[in-house]
Parts: sequence; C-alpha cells; structure tokens
Amino acid sequence: MKRGWFYQAALLAAAGLVLWFFISNTQHNLETRKIASGFGFLWREAGFEIGETGAIAFGAADSYLRALGVGLWNTFRVAAVGVVLATILGTLVGLARLSPNWLLSRIAAGYVETIRNVPLLVQLFFWYAIISENLPDPAEALQPLAGVFLSNRGIAFPTPWSTPALSGFNFVGGAVLSPEFAALLVGLVMYTAAFIGEIVRAGILSVGRGQVDAAHSMGLTRRAALRFVVLPQALRLIVPPLTSQYLNLAKNSSLAVAIGYPDLVSIANTAMNQTGQAIEGVAIIMAVFLSISLSISAFMNWYNRRVALKGLRR
Amino acid sequence: MKTSIAVAVAVLAILGAGAAHAQGTLEAVQKKGFVQCGVNGGAVAGFSAPDSQGVWKGLDVDLCRAVAAAVFGDANKVRYTGLTAQQRFTALQSGEVDILSRNTTWTITRDTSLGLNFVGVNFYDGQGFMVPTKMRAKGGKPAAKADKKGAAKGAAQGGITSAKQLNGATVCVQPGTTTELNLSDYFRANGMTFKPVVIETLPEVLNAYFSGRCDVFTTDVSGLVSSRASRAPKPEEHIILPEVISKEPLGPAVRHGDDRWFDIVKWSLFATIEAEEMDLTSKNIDQKASSKDPSVQRFVGATGDIGKMLGVDNKWAYNIVKQVGNYGESFDAHLKPLGFTRGLNNLWTKGGLMYAPPIR
Repeated sequence: MKRGWFYQAALLAAAGLVLWFFISNTQHNLETRKIASGFGFLWREAGFEIGETGAIAFGAADSYLRALGVGLWNTFRVAAVGVVLATILGTLVGLARLSPNWLLSRIAAGYVETIRNVPLLVQLFFWYAIISENLPDPAEALQPLAGVFLSNRGIAFPTPWSTPALSGFNFVGGAVLSPEFAALLVGLVMYTAAFIGEIVRAGILSVGRGQVDAAHSMGLTRRAALRFVVLPQALRLIVPPLTSQYLNLAKNSSLAVAIGYPDLVSIANTAMNQTGQAIEGVAIIMAVFLSISLSISAFMNWYNRRVALKGLRR
Repeated sequence: MKTSIAVAVAVLAILGAGAAHAQGTLEAVQKKGFVQCGVNGGAVAGFSAPDSQGVWKGLDVDLCRAVAAAVFGDANKVRYTGLTAQQRFTALQSGEVDILSRNTTWTITRDTSLGLNFVGVNFYDGQGFMVPTKMRAKGGKPAAKADKKGAAKGAAQGGITSAKQLNGATVCVQPGTTTELNLSDYFRANGMTFKPVVIETLPEVLNAYFSGRCDVFTTDVSGLVSSRASRAPKPEEHIILPEVISKEPLGPAVRHGDDRWFDIVKWSLFATIEAEEMDLTSKNIDQKASSKDPSVQRFVGATGDIGKMLGVDNKWAYNIVKQVGNYGESFDAHLKPLGFTRGLNNLWTKGGLMYAPPIR
C-alpha cells in the first residue's frame, strides 16, 4: 500500500515537472522572440466580417471575443441540429437494414458501406460542390414554394416578421440557410447516420430471438413488439456507442473550415493569424471542444443510467 | 482541420524548441545543407507554383534561390514548404522554415508582434476586386424577362465598373490576410455592406467564386491577375475593377532576433535589384566581371570583402546573378507572361519603387 502511494506521488511529480518545463520554456521563447502573448487580444477590435452570425449581431468593429462567440454559436448550431437529424436518419437506416423487405435492407446496407468508407472531408467537398455549382444565380432563383428562393446563395425563406425579396446582388429579408451550412449539415448527418445505423442494428440484434418470438406469441404486432419489447432492451446497448458518435459529430464539425462555414475553429484560426497568438487560439479551441464533449458525455451518461437494466448498475 | 493540425504541430514545436535555436539560422542552414523556404502552397502562378516537372518557379521562389546561391554557391539547395495564409507565421516562428517568401504584406503589427522581421519588398502590390463581366450593378426585381435578355445581350453595358457599386455583394476572400481586414475597412468607410465567404485554400476559394457562389473575389491585384490567367475557365469573362484599395508591399520575412541571417536575406534581395540597376544579367555577368568598373569588381567579389562581412563567400552576389538572374530577369520570366507590367515594381531610375542601398 505504501509503495503504491510512493509511485503515485512520483508519477504526479514527473507530470508536473514536464508541464512546468513546457510552460516556462514557452514563455521564455515567446519573450526572447518578442511574440505577443496573453489573452488581452480578445478585447481588441476584430476588424473582419463574418458571413453567418446567427443569433449574435456582429460587425467588423466588434471584439475578437464576440467573433469567437459567433463561431461558438455556429458550431453549436450545426452540432445540435446535426445530432438530432443524424439520430433520426441513423435509426431509420438501422431499422431498414433489418427490414424483411429485401430491396429496402439492401439499399440501407449499400448506404452504410458507401458513406462509412469515404472520408468525411471528401464528402463535404462533394456536397458543397453539388450545392454551389448546380444552383442558379439569385436573379434566376428557383421557387419551390411561394416566397421560398433556392439559389447558390442558399435557401431564403420567409419568417413571421419578414419575407425575402431580391434586391441588388442578393435576397434581403426573411431567413437564409447558407450553402456552407447546408453542405456541412448534410455531410455530417449522412456520415454519422451510417455509423448510428449500425449501432442501432447491433442493439436490436442483441435482443434474444426468444424475446421477439415470445412477444409475437402474446399477440403483439411487429411494431408493438419493437416498441415495447425490443427497443427498451436494445437502448442500453445502443446508448454508450451512440455517445461516441455524438462526440464525433461535434468534433467533426470543425471540418467546416474547409468549405467556408464560419465555425469556432475557422474564426479562431483567423484570429490566430491576425494576432499571431497561436498558442492562445489553440488553447481556446481545445477548451471549447472539451467543454462541448464533456457536456454531451455528461448528458448521455445520465440518460444511460436511466435506460440501463435496473439492479445491474455498477 | 488540416490547418489546425499544422498549427498544433507548430505550437508543439514552439513549446519544445529551445536548444535548436541556440545556434544561428546560418549555421543551422549550413549544417543541414539547404535553405527551407516557406512559399504559397496554393500555387500562385508567377510567384510560387510548381511547373510540369514539379520544380517550383516564381518571383518568391527566386528569392529563396538567391539566398541559397549566396550561402552555398548553388541556387538549387532549397527545399520548399507550401503554406496557407493561416499557417505561414507559425511555420516561421517555430523554425519549420528559414525564410517566409510567400507574398506576405509587410505591416507594423506583423513586424512587431509576430516575432519576425520583414527584410524588404520584392513586389509592390495593392488589393483589388474581380467580378464577372456578366454581373450587373442593380439586379433590381426578381428576374423580369426583359432584364435577363438585356443581360445576355450586352455584357459590356450595365456591367459593374466600380467597387463603389458592390453594396450588398457576396465576397469570396481568404482568411487570415490583410485582404480580409482591408475589405471590411473599405466597405465600412463607404457605408456599404457585404457578406464574406471565407475559405482557406486558394483553389477552393477560386472554385467558389468561379462557380458563382460569390459575386466578387478579392485579393492583391497580383493574385487576381495570376488567378484569372491561370485558373479561370474563361479569363475574358472576368474583369478587375479599377479601385486599388490598399498598399500591399509584399516581402520575405525571417525570424526576429537573428541579425546575421536577416542581413543575408536582406542583401540577397538587394543584390538582385542592384544587379538590374547595374545592368548585370545572368547572360552578361561573366563578360562584365572582367570590366574595370570598380563597382562591378566589388559586386562580383573580385575586390573587397563584402561577402566575408555578410558571413558568406565573396562571390555571393556573382552567384546570385549568374544562377538566378537579376530582379528584372525574374520578373520577365515569371510575371510578364501572365500579363503583368512593371509599374511600381520598376527600378527607381525608371519611375518605379525598386531601390537598393549601395553595395559597397
């Protein structure tokens, strides 16, 4: 027991020493090379514009802090919508793969194998190219519904308080989903749904055949058996790997930088470059993604405890 | 993501760097046997782009070749690192490259707070706007039929002729550049609004512009001319607007605090300019080296110890001109074919700004 404590303390001291070395060495190097450091830049005027600001009003005269806030909001927006849509699509794909309908299950299998095995970045470029190259200019926008305009500037649609109208170069009024947001969302949802589909399938298959037969013999329909017998038991196996997929989706949203969606990483990169303070920028990105991921984990762990088999809790 | 990884690696390099910089850059370069040169990875024709054989060519590339010629007597002892706008400063700070020669604008913020020093200017530039010729100032109402026909018929009439007509436009721009900041300054100053589409790599941002995602592409005029000539599906369908909204003196930079290396890179650049003024070219330098002109004698290292003072061979300047050529030769070889004129980048004796302090 005593020796155990000794090794623990030694390890802690060694880790502390390494950390101390990195910090002091960095400070020394930054000072000798006259590279600015510290977080003071956050309150300086950013000087650049952001294409999509969501709920936060932003102009070039606002601070870097506010710019990063806009980036955080954009990351959060695409991750939150993405998680919901990926769960729905993934569940449908998982169920479709188990469907007795041969064609449906083959299509679902083809979807999973194709999407899962192509790098996400390539898929994002693909969706972005499809959206921006195939849609017409704003002047010749498609109108699938009255008041809804589909062009290479995105989808402009009416809100209760204003309707979009073409003015000059672009649509003014209403709300707009940009091509960058759409491409990123579609890419993330399609990609993650392929994994979630497999997780759902595995969860359902893990429920013993006898359970299903018993449910059927009690006169439950296929749908009722799925809902009251299979899914409640499958969920306890589905939820832990599902958490990983949610985390992946949130982290993969940082690929936004490649197709011009102003997420947190994209804006932090710009801030880093304008101020030269890469260490601070990377630290902010790490802190934010760590917080997002830990929040998702905490929520999913709570949910997992709810659906876990009672009495088997460890 | 690519960038983040690169930046993270560079940050780690800064964190871990210590002993590596105890010796000067010159010694480190001599030891490894080549100059590591950071250039534009987006392949900007005329400045830094690999040719069909994969050999890097361009004005920025020639600067690195000149330094290699001065240090090693061999202009080919250079290795290149392609960098995006966002990676470039971290790459230099962390020691990943010895010289940053990547059409980078010299500003006071960069010179003082990024831990680097600009050695001079190898291209005087300014920011401009490119728009498709078919674009019209006031689109007006949603696509009235007559409007459309008019647009198809007369691209020239009614087209955009001034940046002042760009209110409300969607603008493609690369992040982490002075361009991005000047853009918002210009629109703010003129009471106009715009929507930026910010994409990191040059090929991707150009795709977005050429596919019509943006109304306008903005960067330095040199970049516009180069992209239009080398990347546009139909170059004649794009015009560069007359407004030049900023001063963009582009030049190479080195790490702050290594004066000897700073001197070598600075004077390598000046030597190419001075050579043009003295009418020394790669073709005639052998013949002129035997002339009695004392300034030429000093330049080629036949008399004096200028090279020794720099810490390199006395024939450093001769090697630069012989192997790389003078500034005008580089300009003519790389930029003239793309339609560039000398303008501000002519010698001071010919109405331009290129002026080297005396080599004596």
